[in-house]
This record gives sequence, C-alpha cells and structure tokens, in this order.
Amino acid sequence: MRKLRQRFLTPMVAVSALAMSLAACGGDGGGDGGGTTGSSAAASQPGEKIKLTVALFSDFHYAPLYEEFKKTHPNVEIVERRSQFNDHHTNLITQLTTGAGAADVVAVEGGYVGAFTPVPGKFYNLKDYGLDKRQSEYLDWKWQLGVSNDGSSLMGLGTDVGGLAMCYRPDLFKKAGLPSDREGVSALWPTWDAYVETGKKFVAAKVAGAKFTDGPGEHFRAMVEQAPVGFYDDQYKIVAGANPEVRKAYDMSVKIIDEGLSAKLAAFTPPWNTGIAKGTFATMVCPAWKTGTIKDQKPGEGTWDIAAVPGGGGNQGGTHLMLPKQGKHPKEAAELIDLLTNKESQIMLFKEASALPSLPVLYDDPAVADYVNPYFGNAPIGKIFTSAAKALKPQRVGPKAGDVLLAFNNGLQRVEQGKQNAEEAWAQALKDVGRIK
Amino acid sequence: MATRAPDRLAVPPNRPVRSRRLRRHLVHQLDVKGSPYAYVAPFFLLFSAFGLFPLAYTAWVSLHEWTLLSDEQTFVGLDNFRTLLADDYFWNATFNTLSIGVLSTAPQLLLAIWLAHLLNRPLRAQTFFRITLLLPNVTSVVAVVVIFSQLFGRDFGMINWMLSWFGVGGVAWNEGVATSHAAISVMIMWRWTGYNTLIFLAAMQAVPRELYEAATLDGASGFTQLRKITIPMIRPTTVFVVITSTIGAMQILAEPLLFGSYSISGGPDRQYQTLSLFIYENFTKLDFGYASAISWMMFAFIVLVAGVNYLLTRRAKGGLT
Repeated sequence: MRKLRQRFLTPMVAVSALAMSLAACGGDGGGDGGGTTGSSAAASQPGEKIKLTVALFSDFHYAPLYEEFKKTHPNVEIVERRSQFNDHHTNLITQLTTGAGAADVVAVEGGYVGAFTPVPGKFYNLKDYGLDKRQSEYLDWKWQLGVSNDGSSLMGLGTDVGGLAMCYRPDLFKKAGLPSDREGVSALWPTWDAYVETGKKFVAAKVAGAKFTDGPGEHFRAMVEQAPVGFYDDQYKIVAGANPEVRKAYDMSVKIIDEGLSAKLAAFTPPWNTGIAKGTFATMVCPAWKTGTIKDQKPGEGTWDIAAVPGGGGNQGGTHLMLPKQGKHPKEAAELIDLLTNKESQIMLFKEASALPSLPVLYDDPAVADYVNPYFGNAPIGKIFTSAAKALKPQRVGPKAGDVLLAFNNGLQRVEQGKQNAEEAWAQALKDVGRIK
Repeated sequence: MATRAPDRLAVPPNRPVRSRRLRRHLVHQLDVKGSPYAYVAPFFLLFSAFGLFPLAYTAWVSLHEWTLLSDEQTFVGLDNFRTLLADDYFWNATFNTLSIGVLSTAPQLLLAIWLAHLLNRPLRAQTFFRITLLLPNVTSVVAVVVIFSQLFGRDFGMINWMLSWFGVGGVAWNEGVATSHAAISVMIMWRWTGYNTLIFLAAMQAVPRELYEAATLDGASGFTQLRKITIPMIRPTTVFVVITSTIGAMQILAEPLLFGSYSISGGPDRQYQTLSLFIYENFTKLDFGYASAISWMMFAFIVLVAGVNYLLTRRAKGGLT
C-alpha cells in the first residue's frame, strides 16, 4: 500500500503542481496581453504587482513624486535606472531595434527627440491614454516637439524647458569697471554685437587671471537656436551650410575668439568645472538647468549672478518622457508621466532642480514668477528664465542636430587653438556635416 | 585488460559474445576519439557564440548601408570599404593608433625588462615589490585617466606647474599631436609596465642559475649578463608580450576618449582619434555599416602588425649559443 501510494501520489502531486504553476504563468501572460490593449485585465486583478522602470540620464529629483504616485497606485513598484548622457540615447536606440531592454518610461533630451519622431511605431501613442487633453496647458512649440513627424501620434510629454540667460561674475565685472548689478549688466548686451563690445572693454581693463567667457561653443549653439531656422528645415533636411543664420552665428563666435575673449575651455570638461569654481572667466551662456551645474562646483554663494541673454529669448535643452512599445503596462506608465509633468510636479522640480516648467500658465504663478535664488545673489530666476522661454521662436530640431553641432564646435575649437583659420575650419565643418547620414 | 580477456578464452566465440565485444570496442573507440572533443567543446561553443558569430555578422553588416531605426538595410557590396580607403579621417586614426602604440609599447617593454631584471635578484620584501608593481594594473582605467588628465591640465595641471620652474610656459597637452600622444602613452605605460614586468620576471626565474654563476666567475657585468643571458633565454616570453601589447595598443579606446573629456572625435582636430575611437564615433552616429567596415580593417591591421612584430622579435634575438 505504501509503495503504491508512493508510486502514484508523488507524480500526481508533481503534475498538479506543474499545472498550477503553468496556470499562474498563463494568468500573468494574460495580464500582459490585456495591458497592451488597454489593460482592462490588469485593472481586474487588483492584487497584481506591477513594476515600472524609468530610464533617466541624470538625477531628475523624481523620488518624492514616485512616492506620491504609489499612494494612488499601491500595486506599482517604480525602479529608476540612470546612465551617462551620451550613452543614454544610444542605448535607447539599440534597445528599440533589438526589441528588448527598454524601460517603461524613458527620458529623451530635446536634441534627440527628433531622432525618434520619425518612428512612431516604436512608441505608444499617448493619445490612446487620454494625454492629449493636456495640450492646452503646454507651450505650443514644446508640445509640437513630442508629436511624431507625420502628426499621427503623440509620442512624448515635455518635462522642462531650458530657458536661456547669461551667468556672470559680479566681482570680475566690478574689477573691470563695468556695471555689476543685474539690470545694468543685462542692459550692456541687447544684441550679440553689444556682448562682444562689452567683452572688448573687459579685456582692455586687464583683469588678472580672467577671460571674458569660457569658450565660443555654447554661444554658437545659443545663437543658432535663437534663429527661426537652425540646422534643419521644416522637411527635416540639413540646411546648416546654406542657412545664413548659422553662418552669422559662426562669424560672431569667431569674433569672440579673435578679440581674445575666450578662456579656451569647452563646456562640461573638468578644466571648465575648475574654471567655474576659480573664476577664470566672467560670463557663460546659462540655460535654467545649468544653474545646478554651477552650484555643483561650489564657487560660493553670490559668486555668480544671472542676467538676460543677448538677442532676446531662447531655449537650450529640456526633456520629454516617452513610452517605448516594449513596456507591458502602458496605462500605468502613462498615468505616471501624467503625474510627473503636472503643474504641482513642475513647480516642485523648478524649486528642487531648477527645471523650468513647460507650462506657461505657471509662469504667472507666484511660486515660479517670484522665485529668487539666494545662491545667485537673490537673482529673480523665475522671471529671467520664463521671459526667455516665452520669447522663443520655435525651431525644427532634426534627428542628428547633436552631431551637426559637434562638427561646428570642433571647427570653432580648431580656430581657437590656432590650427586653422575661420574659413578652413568652416569648410571642414561643412564636410563633416556632409558625412552625417 | 577487459578487452583482451576474451582472447584468452579457449571457447570459440559465439555470436552474442562477438557482438558484445564489438559494442564494447566501439564504445571504447568513441571514448578515445570523441571524449577530448567533448572536453574542449564548451570553450569552442562559447567562442562561436560570442566570438565567431559577431565576427561573421559584422562582416555581413559591413556590406550594407545599415542604420538602426529604419527596418530595411540596403546591400551595397564593398562600397563601405571603398569609401573607407579614401577617407582621410581613417588614415589619420590609423597613424594615431600606430604612433601611440609605438610611443607606449617600446619604452614600456624596455622598462619592464629592466625592472624585472632588478627584481630577479635576491631582495628583501620581494612580494611587497611584486604586488606594488601590479597595483596600477588593477586600478580602474577611468580613475587613471581622470587623474592623469588633471596632471596634464593646461591651466591648473601639476606637470605644467613643475615645468614652470624651468621657465617652460603652459603646455596645452591635448591640443598638439605630439603632446597629446605623449600624454596618452604615459597613461598606458603607467598601467601596463608592472603587469609586463611580472611576466618577464616569471620567465627570468626559469633561467638556470648556473649560467649566471658561470658568467659572474668569468667577470661579466650585470648589464652584460642581462644582454647575453637573460634576454636570449626569455625570447619566447618576449614574443608573447610583444604580441599581446601590440594587440592591446591597436585597440586603445578608453584613454583617448576620457583624455578628451568624452570627445568622440578625439579632439577637435582628431589629433588623438584612434581606430577604436573612430569605430565608436561611427557607431554613435548609428552608421553601422561603415563602423563594421572599420572594425574589419582594424582586425586586418592587428593581424598584420602582430605578424610583423612576431617575425621581428624572433629574428632580432638569436638563441643562446
């Protein structure tokens, strides 16, 4: 009897256990399948644990917002992945192509959004989750950036915009005998020509150990992005060589070099960081998020101040959140990005991370408009950056705008290092741009 | 033994016994002939999956106009290779790779042999010195390059600060071709000299002591002994080290990339863009066909350069006579 039981019972238990686990798998798979079509299945299983991954390229200060999301979605667990800026977007492209590994929610920076808008099939259409109702809240140009090239799909929701300003060192301006208060400094440079003229005065005053600015690269980028058409035309064709605005920006940047205004430091390199802390240059182009970069170098409170950027408004950078098709829980993911980009969140992120909201309605909100930053001599950064973002003329950003910019920046650096004259560097930059496919 | 046993049986073998013998014989044959292959199979399976397949697939990709996000890839034959051979930037990268390779490898190997020679004598705290030699090698390459980039900084670098004592003004190390190559070579040497020293040291310890004793009795100096005994005796190791260093030098990526603060063009004038960096640049531009073509050219170069070095090192140091 015992033997018999052993002979039959054990396999029966094993088989039923197997069947149960298979059933569990099937249930899981069913939930996933339901998720892709609108997630009615997911909703009908309240006990199911959902894991959402969020891929970012730096600290976006989202942690408290995740906690808030979990209050309304107790069954959702959020895991954040961060990678290096340069690798982040390349990784995403690889993941989309190979069909595996992409996070549920991905951050895509403004310069790269154009690389993805030609392929709406790889992302969920946020309209399907009702997020197109947010359109009226947004800056129009920021909203349009997240729409696919054929206009059929809403691919991303904007988080922040990089309203432009000019950061400067009041102490060095004082030494050079220039006005050092915010309004006075802003009045020095209504145009880029006036900016260079101010630079000449600064150089003539011979302030020991300091140049007028870091390097021409970021200035070139700002000038190009202020123009109505930049590197790409409306048909996403590269027009950098033929566009007189690009040439104008290039010539102005060469002038910055020729007049000896530049400290020959490329932005975001270690020597540039040292320069910020030690004050080897007096001005730098400053999108809202760069105030965080400055703070990280610990130059000391009040060392840097913020004035208006020459040439009116402008934008540099800013991010969109997108949902790759590989994600299994688009409904929850869409609800998460809705929360991460809503009014309260954007105000919180503005204060925490200097991320300028992309919702113009907030620009008149006292929490943003009257915000002053004690680290920058109580600069009214709310007012400065919002007026820059409002004054911006929207521009088409092409899929490889980053590579085009790099070609010109390399050219400017060759001029700066005395390896080529302006014409040779321009010709080689155009040749490099021509190689971009 | 067991297979021989039936021979000694006087009984004429009937059918079943014969067939059993045959089967046993076959199994034995299979074991002798087949098992060694089974034992080495895991390596070759892994190598096929992670070495051979990517190699072949890269060759296939290199014949296409291959971009990631579009779903169709056009076959273009050898077009990528044709473009490559006419590309100034490719030859510039090749020159940089060879230049950095020679600048870092040649002095490094001489230094390693010399250090190994010094360590090959009876020393107090021998293990301490040997471990110290290996330390630079276990340091993360990122840390090494970040520190060295600070040392070679133009405005606040320590090397320029020391040069200023001798009246040499601020050298912009990463602007010039020669200066940037020198700086990168120093980083590579710092990391790999100790590692190669230990390999040389291991070889030197296998050289019979009697040779040195005889040479000492004959009145040969330390340097003569190094030249006439040690170097000829460790020739196979030298060949090995030269080849591995050559391959390593041809694939330099992290040092120039980080030295240029993540500049994928290896400086604005491509003054220190190596072949690996050139591949990396084209991969990040998502031009996969072209990047794969460069990878294959680089593979060919490595085989060529390693072969030439092998012949040179074999010929240069004749056997001990």
